[in-house]
Amino acid sequence: MPHEVADLLEAYPLLDPDSVDLKQIDYDVDVLVIGGGGAGTVAALWANESGIPADRILIATKLRHGDSNSVMAQGGIQAADKESDSPAIHFLDVMGGGHFANDPELVRALVRDAPMIIHWHERLGVMYDKEPDGTMVTIHGGGTSRKRMHSAKDYTGLEIMRVLRDEARCRGIPVVEFAPAVELLTDRKGQVAGAILWNLETEQYLVVRAKATVLATGGWGRLHIQGFPTTNHYGATADGLVLAYRVGARLRDLDSVQYHPTGAAFPEQIVGLLITEKVRGLGAQPVNRDGELFVHPLEPRDVEAGAFIRECASKKAGGREMGVVTPTGMVGVWLDTPMIDIIHGEGTFKKNLAGIFRLYSRFGIDPTRDPILVYPTLHYQNGGVAIDASGWTGVPGLFAGGEVEGGVHGKNRLMGNSLLDYNVFGRRAGISAAEWAKRVKLGALTLAHVERYIEALREAGVPEDRKAPLLLPDYRGERALARMVDLL
Amino acid sequence: MKPEQEMVTVYIMGKAYQVPAGLTIMKAMEYAGYRLVRGVGCRGGFCGACATVYRLAGDYRLYADLACQTTVQDGMYIAQLPFTPGERAPYRLEDLSPEENPLLALYPEIARCVSCNTCTKACPQDLEVMDYIQAALRGDIAKAAELSFDCIQCGLCAMRCPAEIVHYHVGQLARRLYGAYLAPRAEHLAKRVQEIEQGVFDEELDRLVKMGREELVEKYRARDIEP
Repeated sequence: MPHEVADLLEAYPLLDPDSVDLKQIDYDVDVLVIGGGGAGTVAALWANESGIPADRILIATKLRHGDSNSVMAQGGIQAADKESDSPAIHFLDVMGGGHFANDPELVRALVRDAPMIIHWHERLGVMYDKEPDGTMVTIHGGGTSRKRMHSAKDYTGLEIMRVLRDEARCRGIPVVEFAPAVELLTDRKGQVAGAILWNLETEQYLVVRAKATVLATGGWGRLHIQGFPTTNHYGATADGLVLAYRVGARLRDLDSVQYHPTGAAFPEQIVGLLITEKVRGLGAQPVNRDGELFVHPLEPRDVEAGAFIRECASKKAGGREMGVVTPTGMVGVWLDTPMIDIIHGEGTFKKNLAGIFRLYSRFGIDPTRDPILVYPTLHYQNGGVAIDASGWTGVPGLFAGGEVEGGVHGKNRLMGNSLLDYNVFGRRAGISAAEWAKRVKLGALTLAHVERYIEALREAGVPEDRKAPLLLPDYRGERALARMVDLL
Repeated sequence: MKPEQEMVTVYIMGKAYQVPAGLTIMKAMEYAGYRLVRGVGCRGGFCGACATVYRLAGDYRLYADLACQTTVQDGMYIAQLPFTPGERAPYRLEDLSPEENPLLALYPEIARCVSCNTCTKACPQDLEVMDYIQAALRGDIAKAAELSFDCIQCGLCAMRCPAEIVHYHVGQLARRLYGAYLAPRAEHLAKRVQEIEQGVFDEELDRLVKMGREELVEKYRARDIEP
């Protein structure tokens, strides 16, 4: 796995277990959901749907409810709901895209639940792009063999997240914001029994006792693995991997990092931000500095990103040196965005890619007239905490859904399967957590697993200043940091 | 940052800092030494966490925008709005009927709109905010949904509104009403869900789950691609 991740796993807890009073419980609930993005919200909704009263659920989240990668997803969500398509064809696409390293049971769950999820969204009021007769507008994504990408303009993730969050508010599900989990809790039998949260503003710890815990903490983009920029939100720091690993959960496929082929390479202000795959889905082609198409525009993401890097890399590094160098020294390839209106007619870009159009307009660039510069950007954690098809991690009382878990996508996720993943496995984890909460008997709270972990770290000689979870990246300027002292 | 880089002076909550020209407001604050907790989210213009107001030297106007999407200017006075208090009406979508204009019933204050258009001017997404409030007032849910669609719920409209309307909550409800009740239903989707529930695809999926890698790879390679 990347050393940025290994360093977080082989690290001491932020909190000294001896400094925590576990007798004083701040929140006592049936289901604790850690993470307030898509997966967490879906898990809470379905725990509620499965009979856990809203006030017996707690969503704890590091930033605000909804601040997540879920809200940033642009292109779409896959589901095999057209006549020419089937869950079996979707299954093959997912397995092939993941280089057949996926857990087939998870893939079955993903593709089988997909139409049901879209149907649920439709009834909740998600405004999917539709033909006048109600037929879903669907297009291709990289690695799909059928047009099954559903969208809501290029704000698909935003639209779904807004509706799910609104539904959680309708039901009165409590949310505590700016309170990341810094450790899981167990009882003496080793059953996960809640978590310790940390109020980012008042710096107090909070003890949550929960009969079942759902991990929905998202991915790792803000670790900037291999120095890449990222499309991810500010809180994507792999906290969930750290917590799960300490409590004994199995991790998988963490050797596989997804670089999205098309991150913005210019202007400087937006370097690394996502240029949705839908841009290529609608006909824009990647070309090098001579205007030559050097790769099929819609290969699976790892293949496409690899081709971009090779096109830009120096000859010495085995590349072709056919990229375009920007004034700040970034290198990228052209994405021929004007093709979209040329192929589909004037106005198509603005209507279907309003977000991208807005992003560039702010910096005086009109992507319907001029091509844009792109380069791969760190996008997704392909692997994660191993789960079974019910969303159970194998550790009693701990369930997981969304980007934090692994196995669904093997070594490479296809476009439109992350929104689907968080819905399918958020839902399954929420239902499983509810069922577990109804029958489990918890003992006294402990941090025994953390104490054991600290001992193991000492034995291994891990440097004591290495701490995890990271919680937030640090982007403070070097000049400011050089003179910073902690006096208060 | 290269040393020869052009610097500008910005005032973060009234205090002057020299920062490189070309940074966004968010990156400028970080460059100055702020480790952000509030007022930062996706950093890509989607989440609405970084609503910011600012003034420019010699200009009486109060501008509003997103810190992650706005480049600093020399002499800029910056203050972030970390949170927008806004009353959200209690409702269950399934209890509402679009014919009775629940937008006006649940948010009667939209009738206080004085058409000043301040909300529209404050919107970092350049939405026609006042027009969607007017549409909501008329009971034109479809129009309100369409015009508010790109809303990121940053709250700047509500903070500037002299009529104390919470526009983004109105837009949210309009979109859900439209999506759930007014948009035509996808019949092919309902049919597929029914087929899945009847187990139509189970046998085929079972076979694929158990299939050996070689056969699966072969099947994958042989699949036809919809044009």
